[in-house]
Amino acid sequence: MTAANPVAPRRLTPVPDRTGLLLLIFVATSALLLLSHNRDLLDTLGGLGVLLRNPIVEAIVVSLFLANVLFAYLWRAAPWAKALVGLGSLLLILPWAGQEDTSLLDLSIQIMIFAALALGLNIVVGLAGLLDLGYVAFFAVGAYAWGIFASPRFAEIGRYFVENPGASAAATAVLGALTLLAGLGGYLALQRRRADDLSGSGAWGLTLLLVAGWVAWFLAGRGLFTLGERPWSLAALWIGLVPTALGLLYLAYSRGRGRDVRGALLGLSRVLLALAGVVGTVLVARSILLLTAEGITGLTTGIDPGFFWLFLALSIFAAAVVGVLIGLPVLRLKGDYLAIITLGLGEVIRVLANNLDLYSAGSQGITPIGSASVGWFDTLAARLGFAEDQYGLLFLYVLSLLMVALILLVNVRLDRSRIGRAWIAIRDDEVAAQAMGVPLVQTKLIAFATGASFAGVMGMIFAAKQTFVSPESFNLFQSIGVLAMVILGGMGSFPGVILGATVVTLLNLRILPGLGEATAGLSWIPQQANPGQLQRLIFGAILVAMMLLRPEGLLPSRRRTLELHHEDPQEDDSAKGTGPSLTGGGGDVYSPGLETREEDEPTGGTK
Amino acid sequence: MDLATLLPFVVNVIAGGLVLGFVYAIIALGYTMVYGVLQLINFAHSEVFVTGAVVGFEVFRVLEANPMNGYLKLLIALLAAMLVSGLLNVTIERLAYRPLRNAPRLVPLITAIGVSLILQDVLRLIEGFQGRFDLTYTLPGGFSGKFCGEGSSCVALGDTLRSIGLDLQLKDVILIVVSLLSLAVLNYLVNRTRLGKAIRAVAQDRVTAGLMGIDSNRMISATFLIGGALGGISGVLFGMKFGTVNAYSGFDPGIIAFTAAVLGGIGSIPGAVLGGLALGVIQNLIGVTNIFGGLLGIANLESIDASYQRIGAFIVLVLILIFKPTGLLGKSNVEKV
Repeated sequence: MTAANPVAPRRLTPVPDRTGLLLLIFVATSALLLLSHNRDLLDTLGGLGVLLRNPIVEAIVVSLFLANVLFAYLWRAAPWAKALVGLGSLLLILPWAGQEDTSLLDLSIQIMIFAALALGLNIVVGLAGLLDLGYVAFFAVGAYAWGIFASPRFAEIGRYFVENPGASAAATAVLGALTLLAGLGGYLALQRRRADDLSGSGAWGLTLLLVAGWVAWFLAGRGLFTLGERPWSLAALWIGLVPTALGLLYLAYSRGRGRDVRGALLGLSRVLLALAGVVGTVLVARSILLLTAEGITGLTTGIDPGFFWLFLALSIFAAAVVGVLIGLPVLRLKGDYLAIITLGLGEVIRVLANNLDLYSAGSQGITPIGSASVGWFDTLAARLGFAEDQYGLLFLYVLSLLMVALILLVNVRLDRSRIGRAWIAIRDDEVAAQAMGVPLVQTKLIAFATGASFAGVMGMIFAAKQTFVSPESFNLFQSIGVLAMVILGGMGSFPGVILGATVVTLLNLRILPGLGEATAGLSWIPQQANPGQLQRLIFGAILVAMMLLRPEGLLPSRRRTLELHHEDPQEDDSAKGTGPSLTGGGGDVYSPGLETREEDEPTGGTK
Repeated sequence: MDLATLLPFVVNVIAGGLVLGFVYAIIALGYTMVYGVLQLINFAHSEVFVTGAVVGFEVFRVLEANPMNGYLKLLIALLAAMLVSGLLNVTIERLAYRPLRNAPRLVPLITAIGVSLILQDVLRLIEGFQGRFDLTYTLPGGFSGKFCGEGSSCVALGDTLRSIGLDLQLKDVILIVVSLLSLAVLNYLVNRTRLGKAIRAVAQDRVTAGLMGIDSNRMISATFLIGGALGGISGVLFGMKFGTVNAYSGFDPGIIAFTAAVLGGIGSIPGAVLGGLALGVIQNLIGVTNIFGGLLGIANLESIDASYQRIGAFIVLVLILIFKPTGLLGKSNVEKV
């Protein structure tokens, strides 16, 4: 029993109908929101006007207003009233207030971006039970996918390739395609092989063949393919030889049984083939860039905004692919190992963004990034009385609203689907789930890819909204912030994580800066102790307090509540896995290091 | 560059890596010991370690004008850091981890991340209210000088070392000596005393240890105390080595030390030391890859510089977990239902 809270007794009496109260609060908070964001009116109000402009007060007003939507969801009320309050708040009042004060629209978009991120992470952490601490990397993929193409950076890349063409596009394409096909085909062929399927000499032969292939590739490419300034085949040789060397070192060190050796050789072969796939993809992409470099140079403000919709799809796809790529090697690990390795890979992506100056402009970041411009939408916005510079923001507001709605829908449908049940089964007990026929790696990969794709699409909206991306927006701290949102709202609960995202974002973007501003003049608080930068303390406090006091979150899903507070702890008859080692690779469930279940951890799962 | 100029360079890089590696090793011990008894990655350990660094900074700052012997100051700093960090670690365990002893595995892990974040800001506020953020160590005179440099009694030894390229500072040597002493004491404590035996029993099987009359909660507290004290020592050493720390500087060494613990085989004490030393050297080598790359005429490596150092640790971690998840000296276990 984690029992910090006893289970609230289930209410048997019907909840009172609160339609009247809901409408009353809706009207009152809407009026307050509209008032507090109307500059002209505030000027006439004197002291009250100044008070309402205080960022903290403003945050409270916005929170009160957004609470409408929450009430509409939670309370028992007439359906028409719920619909009126929910849709009216988001589609009418917020844009209306935003017309006066665009920072409100900006804030709302930001909240929705984080809500979508939290929904995505919720699939990975809340449903599938895989703690991903590098989640923001997928967000970065989406942001850079659009940022690079829709900004002057694209022309710079074109210019670079015109100046440093290297090998011809056709030759690069052929080599790239061959490498990609060989890598991919080989990987797929090996995918289902286990160490037991191979004989010792077969495993050695395979590995040697692959290493020979890498060397041959290098020798063939050395003269031909000086790509740009750099001999790329040489880099590829190193990329291939480093794991080879490490793998052989391990083999020499392990002096283990035949099965170990075959398993390691198989792993090494997979790594080499996967690397070949990556190198091939890079080469193909390069040949495309070479072919189009002349044309690209002319695009001084990036590609046509009309491509926005294509890239919306592409960013989903790209993030999902990165999710699978990151997931493949690490999903065999579990729990804390997975956490630390996703953290690491997230940092790798950030450091790459920081260092690949040609593509990401390094730490300076990419700017200005374009956005879509939709003719009929602009006309509509103009009709509604929006100023011309507000069209873009309003468009992104509506788009992110649609996206969040879509993502929510996908979530709800997935949750009730076969896949959703498989995720929950894996979260509750991996071994039991596998025994019931749930394909572990595949199911986990789907969770990773789905979560990643949400982050990808929102990353693109983020880039379009900010018109600026830099690696700093995607550090580890952002990942932990999203995790705090999920934990605060309740893992596995969709309304919960949206609430969590809203609360944390408001804290982060309004209340803390407000506090910082309010205390900036106080002499006894030095700059170094500025409360405007207390995000870490707050995120940390949220994580610790929720875990200790209410692990199911503010708005728990019913299933989770039952799990975390079930009254009768089951007798657990599982023995602790401390037996002598039957060294690894005996299936997909493979726990590194130590056993993964505590002796008294409830393994029974849902009841 | 020819061999005569290259050799001292290589020696220096490796020696520097080993010095760094000792710091990582001592931090890694804190992770590995806690993981051994609780199977928990104590994310807060990086802040326990920074707390040690901050305590060390304060001791050196307060004693700056004091004419006492520099080594005495160092001893006071080390003891104070051990005490504060050790007690902090015990308190964290008591307040944040113990109530979650039987919770699902992700719960204490998330709590640990939270504790780590809280401590970062608390440390920042403690120093921030005194108007400081970056804490620059004021080391006793001579610590930053050359080991056995001009005018010291052992200048002959120092010159010999320097002639093969081993250009150490006095503080590097102190660091190695302190680390080795700590390792010796830890080894005695864990392998030769009743307490150590009890801790090992709890790490092996908490329930059975309880049946044998061992109070597992006390042993877990003792483990956190020892791990925290090691964190305190490593904090002071880290502060000495790098000169400047701030409330947020625990993350990088923390993650590298954790990698070291995994590399060596988590739960294994000699493994943590081995892993720490290996990662220290690897990290230093990555830092100079661009120079070596230039030497070998490999243009691609020229762009790999110190900014890739932290990635290096992660790549080692990924490779280790793929190829040998149990680490170099760890034992593997197959999960049973």
